[in-house]
Amino acid sequence: MLFIILRRLLQAIVVLLLVALVAFTIFRYIGDPVESLLGQEATEADRRALIDRLGLDDPIPVQYLRFVTNALQGDFGVSYRTAEQVSGLIAERLPATLELALVSALFALVVGTLLGIYTAIYRDGFVAHTIMSSSLIGVSLPTFLIGVLLIWVFAVELGWLPSFGRGETVQIGFWSTGFLTASGLKSLILPAITLGLYQMTLIMRLVRAEMLEVLRQDFIRFARARGLPDRVVYFGHALKNTLVPVITVAGLQLGAIVAFAIITETVFQWPGVGLLFVNAVFFVDIPVMSAYLLLVGTVFVVINLIVDLLYLAIDPRIRDGQLRRKAT
Amino acid sequence: MNGEKSAWQRFLASDFFYDFKRSPVTIVSFVIVVTLILMAILADLVAPTNPFDPGSLNLMNGFTPPMEPNAFTGETFLLGTDDQGRDLLSAIIYGLRVSLFVGLTAVILAMFIGVSLGLLAGYRGGWVDAVIMRIADIQVTFPSILIAVLIFGVARGLLPPDLRDELAITVLIVAIGLSEWVPFARTVRGTTMVEKEKEYVQAARLIGLGSSQIMVRHILPNVLSPVLVIATITLALAIIAEATLSFLGVGAPPTEPSLGTLIRIGQDFLFSGEWWILLFPAVTLLALALSVNLLGDWLRDTLNPRLK
Repeated sequence: MLFIILRRLLQAIVVLLLVALVAFTIFRYIGDPVESLLGQEATEADRRALIDRLGLDDPIPVQYLRFVTNALQGDFGVSYRTAEQVSGLIAERLPATLELALVSALFALVVGTLLGIYTAIYRDGFVAHTIMSSSLIGVSLPTFLIGVLLIWVFAVELGWLPSFGRGETVQIGFWSTGFLTASGLKSLILPAITLGLYQMTLIMRLVRAEMLEVLRQDFIRFARARGLPDRVVYFGHALKNTLVPVITVAGLQLGAIVAFAIITETVFQWPGVGLLFVNAVFFVDIPVMSAYLLLVGTVFVVINLIVDLLYLAIDPRIRDGQLRRKAT
Repeated sequence: MNGEKSAWQRFLASDFFYDFKRSPVTIVSFVIVVTLILMAILADLVAPTNPFDPGSLNLMNGFTPPMEPNAFTGETFLLGTDDQGRDLLSAIIYGLRVSLFVGLTAVILAMFIGVSLGLLAGYRGGWVDAVIMRIADIQVTFPSILIAVLIFGVARGLLPPDLRDELAITVLIVAIGLSEWVPFARTVRGTTMVEKEKEYVQAARLIGLGSSQIMVRHILPNVLSPVLVIATITLALAIIAEATLSFLGVGAPPTEPSLGTLIRIGQDFLFSGEWWILLFPAVTLLALALSVNLLGDWLRDTLNPRLK
């Protein structure tokens, strides 16, 4: 058991170092750092001084090691475009992305589970059929089109919700939150639905399939025979037994939510790290790109690790022997 | 002539065609895809105007709603015009050409990389297999759209600024191609591992053929049918990926707008009520992506011997 955990930890660290290597290669070799940081009128002496300061003449492994230690201390260099510290840029925009991701994930989990239960219980009903078939259309729509269509309907035609930005935010220490103002909350609705819709349908289908499976089993029939009310049977007995796969899938999809935030944030001009990244790609702002890669890479590796370890804790078959083969 | 005809007749009598005939959804999707591809190829003949010829543009025609004569010039456009008086139907046809070209070439690139690496990994085994499949494992943990954006950014960084727009389409193809190779490699590797144990491969080895010849001439033809299915499904993904990147502004350059670029432009005009600039490119993109997807699903079910 301990051996498996250690092995998984080691694998995660190796993957992280590989991601860091890619980020380092991009950071160091794409474009010319010296050229990008100094202006047109820089003298040869300025160039020399900067090369010495950045240590660009050191052996490559030394530079890589320095890159990793700097990154661990939150130092990702200076943006070529704004000449600000990349760590500052990211810290300023991270709350926006995290709040959006959190609300999307909650939306996907809560609405997905409820709809999944509903469509499983009333599997032959008209409403359930409508939900299932419209979810198919929802899955085939590209994320950015969902966003644009939502803006069209709810912001342009109906005028109910804002179409871009975070609304008013409140600053609490280093964290700027949109949760505390009415306009902040209203601004969250459309982006959160856009970002979470795909995951919502995924969870709904999963919950439905698992529920149908569980509802066939004897302990459910026994619970009904004992005269328990439907509510207790469905939520107390059946739902509980569907949660393990749901939690795993939801966990793995959390990474996808963070990644797809780049699309949603662009559609809604949401001032998060995703929009920062897209702009960095457009303006070839290499340090920001490499920092974003490190950040998202870490998020993915950590989520995968946690899900793997959770599996280990939950499923005795894996604990006793073979490692889980990655399904996705 | 005679032989060709019999091949055609054999095709008409095949299970493949029989399945096709019995699925109305597939027939409709097929017709849509073929029509759109033909429109894209014949854009110069089909489109009413050339949207990139400044001489054909009349600013007075700007924002003409679909099917309504323009207030100043009296000209009518089937799908309306954009802000610069460009005929939207023509813009869509040319945009379709860019989208399909990028999608198809990206899939061919992904297929080439994936099939080669998959053959190599499956046939060689050992550390070659381990290295290739580990890279594949790590890559699929990240959503492909993220990888494509990243590759696009890196490639932009490598190019001198004056070439960035000029080579944007090529960069886009490489970015999408490199982000979609894994499914090809995994499938081909699996099938190759099964095939290489079979007698015909041993026979080929016995008569002294080199391993590259065995891989390409003997194993490859036997792993192609799943590859075809993955290629079709990947085409839908690639078309959507291209549209997404172009929508984000990190795809097709303004000089060669694709469907995604048109949708991005259309979004700006939603608030002033010019809904058609958004709607028609969006519907075209959806029709294309959905039809290709449905064709892919049908191909998978038809070519899968386990379902028969």
